[in-house]
Amino acid sequence: MRQAFGKAAALLAAFGLACSLAACGSSGGGATSGSGATEETLTVYAAASLKKTFTGLAKAFERSHPGTKVVLNFAGSSDLATQISQGAPADVFASADTKNMDKLADAGLLDGEPADFATNVLEIAVPPGNPASISAFADLAKPGVKVVVCAPQVPCGAATEKVEKGTGVGLKPVSEESSVTDVLGKVISGEADAGLVYATDVLSAGNKAKGIPFPEAAQAVNTYPIATVGVAKNKELAKAFVELVTGAEGREALADSGFGAP
Amino acid sequence: MSFTMSARVDGRLDAALTVAPGETVAVFGPNGAGKSTLLAVAAGLLRPDAGSARLGDRQLFATGDGGRQHRVPPHWFPPHRRGVALLAQEALLFPHLSVLDNVAFAPRSGGKSRAESRKAARHWLGEVDALELAERRPAQLSGGQAQRVAVARALAAEPELLLLDEPMAALDIHAAPQLRRVLKRVLAGRSAVIVTHDVLDALMLADRVVVLERGRVSEEGPVREVLGRPRSAFAAGLAGLNLMTGTVTAAGLLAAGGQLVTGTPDGEAAAGEPGVAAFPPSAVSVFLELPHGSPRNCFPVTVTELEPHAGRIRVRAGELSADITPAASAELGLEPGMRVFFVVKSAEVQVYGA
Amino acid sequence: MGSARNGHAYSGIPRWLYVPAAVGALFVLLPLAAMLAKVNWAQFIPLVTSAASLDALGLSLRTSAASTALCLVFGVPLAMVLARRPFRGQRLFRAFVLLPLVLPPVVGGIALLYTFGRQGLLGKGLEVAGLQIAFSTTAVVLAQTFVALPFLVVSLEGALRTAGKRYEAVAATLGASPATVLRRVTLPLVLPGLASGAVLSFARSLGEFGATLTFAGSLQGVTRTLPLEIYLQRESDADAAVALSLLLVAVAVAVVGLSYRKQQVSA
Repeated sequence: MRQAFGKAAALLAAFGLACSLAACGSSGGGATSGSGATEETLTVYAAASLKKTFTGLAKAFERSHPGTKVVLNFAGSSDLATQISQGAPADVFASADTKNMDKLADAGLLDGEPADFATNVLEIAVPPGNPASISAFADLAKPGVKVVVCAPQVPCGAATEKVEKGTGVGLKPVSEESSVTDVLGKVISGEADAGLVYATDVLSAGNKAKGIPFPEAAQAVNTYPIATVGVAKNKELAKAFVELVTGAEGREALADSGFGAP
Repeated sequence: MSFTMSARVDGRLDAALTVAPGETVAVFGPNGAGKSTLLAVAAGLLRPDAGSARLGDRQLFATGDGGRQHRVPPHWFPPHRRGVALLAQEALLFPHLSVLDNVAFAPRSGGKSRAESRKAARHWLGEVDALELAERRPAQLSGGQAQRVAVARALAAEPELLLLDEPMAALDIHAAPQLRRVLKRVLAGRSAVIVTHDVLDALMLADRVVVLERGRVSEEGPVREVLGRPRSAFAAGLAGLNLMTGTVTAAGLLAAGGQLVTGTPDGEAAAGEPGVAAFPPSAVSVFLELPHGSPRNCFPVTVTELEPHAGRIRVRAGELSADITPAASAELGLEPGMRVFFVVKSAEVQVYGA
Repeated sequence: MGSARNGHAYSGIPRWLYVPAAVGALFVLLPLAAMLAKVNWAQFIPLVTSAASLDALGLSLRTSAASTALCLVFGVPLAMVLARRPFRGQRLFRAFVLLPLVLPPVVGGIALLYTFGRQGLLGKGLEVAGLQIAFSTTAVVLAQTFVALPFLVVSLEGALRTAGKRYEAVAATLGASPATVLRRVTLPLVLPGLASGAVLSFARSLGEFGATLTFAGSLQGVTRTLPLEIYLQRESDADAAVALSLLLVAVAVAVVGLSYRKQQVSA
């Protein structure tokens, strides 16, 4: 606590100093602390939905590469892409959609081609007991059913829109959330009768929500690409991690969490 | 309108007060004696632990009487239903209203129209010689002007009892006499209670004096009597007299300290009764050694303080004081801590029952 | 800072104090300037006048006005009771009333959900009575009121304590009933405090995000206020997010600036 305060105060003071010495330029690229000299650090930026899988895979990677420490940073794919394009020190980037990966590829920030390693499809999430008796996608359009979806601006919302267009079933959601977590939260708390989220998200909610797969979801399959970032310090190590994820061990772990094969 | 009240506020007040119709009562007392508490209870701003009060034929409050008699069901008139106005040391004019609207506040609150209220306000401003201030804001008034407006505002409520809590205390030397003149005029024929430290207020404004000490009434009576023949140390201080208490004897008074004070008993007090001996400081002379000569009282004292007093030097020695000329003081070489003798002729000492 | 007042009254500020003061000022102003530098001016007008933006702005202004009104209706009596009527456990009570000041808004949203939500403490009964609060504009107003109420209570209670009870006592002895005293003496006396409390409440409502997101959801024209719109646009269109942020800053500055000037004039 005290340390954190000291750090913040020092930062503020440094900020003042920097501003008084020169115009505050957009230097970016914060200094990373060099911990052990013998220890190698691999920084992986991954979409939030990969948290469980990648945490397990990182442990396996550290076991098979002694002396290596994997630092994981989970957030929304667009946030991570923005951070990387502004110079964040990532070695590997795993995105929940191709759009954000393409952004980095177009900007020339990747090392080689991204590889697709998983897919995710939408599922209907309902509270335990399924109070509105939902059994198919078309049920969501029934009057009186409170449906919560992702806003079209975020990947799961874009997928929802695609399914709506493909099936011709127009939803009248009571809320368009900006993240999957918010959709799931409203289903779990029972505020909503149903929500549209990814299959993996339903699985992660355990018994607090029930997943109902529907065939129309195939019209909007979400593909997860992974790539080595151009500024990676140790490209060999980064490639090895990408191989682990795309290999058999990675496939198995991803399948456990509900991901489909690419 | 007659007013009677008896009230007990634990640790602060246990006193009774009556005000006859049209009478003004001055309340004196040292700081912390409970004077403001007395007014607050009368105005309804403070609930006493026990007591009751009547104003005219209305019961203002009646609470349990502390278990001494059968329990009276609590009865309490809130301040705004009492017809008792309170004027404090500070004018406390509402800063967001003009002088006129300040004075019109009470009539307006009483349900009169705006025009009627302002008409009444002009009348009362005229009564306190402040009509020309009507359009001003309180912030633009001097202390004396503000206090006169406050008087007008209180009068505009047409109170059946007016309470004044040291109305002159915060004013400068020049503003006080003007306000005192105004008060003399407007208090005539009104039932009022004025708390003050200034004996002049009692002489000019009051019919009767009540002395409050440690929450209790230590002395009360007509102004002339209390100031002329004080029975409490506090009243004596007000009247500017030295006072010694004790037992009346044929020749004077046997003081509480065992000292015999010779003087002239007034004949009403019989020997053996409790009484007091009073004499003015101007009658006291100061000696370094015990003087000779029989018809005089001689008190060995230690000088505690010297201060200028109306062109003379007041020599204080505990409860007693003497007024001597500066020349005499210099000649004696007086300074605090010196042991001297206060000497006063028997003819100057009044002895009467307490 | 530098303006020469007549006569240069003694300020009592050691000279070195200006350095951290300047750093503090820069710390607040520079990020705003940085944001300003990022605005896509060519697209600014179309971005802030899109249907979604205008809906969000209109909703924000309407809900903030409604929650400020609720803050006044419930906050003024609350502040009166806290400032004028001592009671047992008052300090604890005040601490709880002011809790939303220090609570992360998300926590407020969760608490509101468990109160007014479908399965909530009161929500169940309201649902039976045909009142649905979740996902409605009412939910937005409730969330904003929850976080904004303490601002009004704090500033008004302070103003009431500063004003003291003496004017009220005088008014009462002049025959004014408690209701008259409140209307003609107490409220006019604390008007500056009341105004600044209302402005703070409005500003806090305008910026409310976490509790709304958790409790009310996000739907254009119904529950998606300006901060929620900014958060959403950030996902897809950074230019729009920056433009809307600037709009929000402008509205907030206008509200706070206008009322502050008004107060100075009246003081």
